[in-house]
Amino acid sequence: MITARHIVKSFNGKVIINDISATFEEGKTNLIIGQSGSGKTVLLKCLVGLYDADSGEVWFRDVEYNALSTKEKRLARQQIGMLFQGGALFDFATVEENVMFPLQMFTGMTRQEQRARANVCLKRVNLVNANKCMPSEISGGMQKRVAIARAIALNPKYLFCDEPNSGLDPKTSILIDALIKEITEEYNITTIINTHDMNSVMEIGDNVMFIHNGRKWWEGSRHDILSSDNRELNEFVFANNLAKKARGLM
Amino acid sequence: MKFFASIGQYIMLLWRVFSLPQKWKIFRRQVVNEMYSLGIMSTPIVAIVSFFVGAVIAIQTALNLAGLPAYVVGFATRESLILEFCSTMIALILAGKVGSSIASQIGSMRISEQIDALELMGVNAASYLILPKIIGLVLLVPFITIFSITLGIFGGYVGILVTDFIGGNNFIEGIQMNFMPYYVAYSIIKSMVFAFIITSVSAYWGYNVKRGSLEVGKNSTRAVVMSSISILVFNLVLTELLL
Ligand SMILES: Nc1ncnc2c1ncn2[C@@H]1O[C@H](COP(=O)(O)OP(=O)(O)OP(=O)(O)O)[C@@H](O)[C@H]1O
Ligand SMILES: [Mg+2]
Repeated sequence: MITARHIVKSFNGKVIINDISATFEEGKTNLIIGQSGSGKTVLLKCLVGLYDADSGEVWFRDVEYNALSTKEKRLARQQIGMLFQGGALFDFATVEENVMFPLQMFTGMTRQEQRARANVCLKRVNLVNANKCMPSEISGGMQKRVAIARAIALNPKYLFCDEPNSGLDPKTSILIDALIKEITEEYNITTIINTHDMNSVMEIGDNVMFIHNGRKWWEGSRHDILSSDNRELNEFVFANNLAKKARGLM
Repeated sequence: MKFFASIGQYIMLLWRVFSLPQKWKIFRRQVVNEMYSLGIMSTPIVAIVSFFVGAVIAIQTALNLAGLPAYVVGFATRESLILEFCSTMIALILAGKVGSSIASQIGSMRISEQIDALELMGVNAASYLILPKIIGLVLLVPFITIFSITLGIFGGYVGILVTDFIGGNNFIEGIQMNFMPYYVAYSIIKSMVFAFIITSVSAYWGYNVKRGSLEVGKNSTRAVVMSSISILVFNLVLTELLL
C-alpha cells in the first residue's frame, strides 16, 4: 500500500501538482487519469522519489520514503519496478541484457540463472525471438514490452507504469493491461498506472483517480465512472464519439 | 554567480561518482570497455596529428637555426613534444573528440529517462555511468602520451630526412642529448590530470541536461569548451607546480 499526503510540486514557480492525497491499495490496479499535461508523470515521479516534492509525504506501507537515507532508499528501490513513458531501455545493452540488468546488479544469480529468469519475463510479455536485438532495432511496442519484462524481473512489491499502452495497437494494449492486472493480483503488488486510455480504465480500473489542473478532481472505481456527474471528468471520459454513443448522448 | 553554482554542482556530482562500485565484476568490464572506446579508438587521430606536428616542428626549427648547431633541431623537437604538445595539445584534441561524445551520450540517456531508470532500480547512476569513463581514460592516457611522443619524434625524423636541411644523424644526436626522464613523467602526470578533467567535466554537462534533445547538443558544445578552458588553466598551474 502506498499513501500520499498533501503532495505539492511546482516547476519554476508554476504549481503542477496541487495538494494531492491518495491511497493506493495492494493487489489492485490503481489508475491515475487526466489529460495530457495534467501532471500525471510528475505525480508518479514524486511518488516514486525521482522528483522531490515541495511538500507532502509518501508512505510505502509504514515507511516514509523521504525519511530514508540515500542508502536505505537504494535498498527500498529494489522493490520497485517502473515502466517509463518512453520505455527507457538501456541503449548500450541488448533486449535480454536489459532484462538481466537488475538481476545482475542485485542478485547473486549466475549468468545462466539470470538468462533463464529474463526469458521467463520476456515470455510473460509475449516477446520471444528478440533477445539479441538492440533496443533501437525493435518497434516502440516491443520496447514497451521489454521495459515491462525488466520492471518485473526482480518480483517487485510496487509497480509504477507511466502510460503502459500508449503507442501500442489495441490488441497489444489489451494484452499488456491484462498482463499488468494479472501480475498485480498474483503477487499482491501495489500497482499505479498513468493512462489516458479509456479502454484501460474500463478494463482494469480498480481504483481510478482523475486529476485536473494539478488537483485530485474525482476518485472512484471503473463502475462509477460512467455515471459520475463531475463535469470535467465527463468531458474527459466522453471525449470521443464512441463513448458518447455508449452513454446514449448522441 | 552561476559559475560558482556550477562548480558546486560539479563537486557534488563527483562526490556521488566516487563511491565504491556496487558490483566489481561489472565495473571492471566497464572500465575495459571505456579504455577501448575512449582511448584506443582515439589513437588514429592522435597518431596522425602527432606525426605531422612532429614533422613540422622539426622542419621549422631546421629552417630557423640561424647558425646554431644542427643537433638543436632534434633536441628542440623532443623537448617541445614532451613538454607541451603530447600532453596539452593532445588533451585538447581528446576534449573535442571524447568530451562531446561523453556529454551527448550521457545527455541522451538523461532525456530518454535511462538515468531515472537506473536510479529507480537502486543503482547509483552517476557512479555507474561516469566512474568507468574517468578511470578508463586516466589509466589509458599515459600510453597515449608515450605513443604520441614516439610518433611525434618519428614524424620529426621523417620530416628532416625528406627536406634535407640538416642530416638525419644530427637529428638523432639531438634527440639523445640531455634527456631528462622527469620531463616524460611530468608530461604523463599532466595528461592524466587532463584526462580526469575531460571525462568529469563532460560527464557533468551531459548529466545536467534537463529536457529536450536541443539541450543535449548545447551541453556537448559546452562540455568541449569548458574542458578545453580547464585544461589550459590547469596546464599553467601544473607547470608552476611541477617544473
Ligand atoms: N522537469 C520539468 N521542468 C519543468 N516543467 C515540467 C517538468 N516536468 C513536467 N513539467 C510540466 O508539468 C506539466 C505536467 O507534465 P506531465 O509530464 O506530468 O504531464 P502528463 O500528465 O504526464 O502528460 P502526458 O499524458 O502527455 O504524458 C507540463 O505542463 C510540463 O510542462
Ligand atoms: Mg506523462
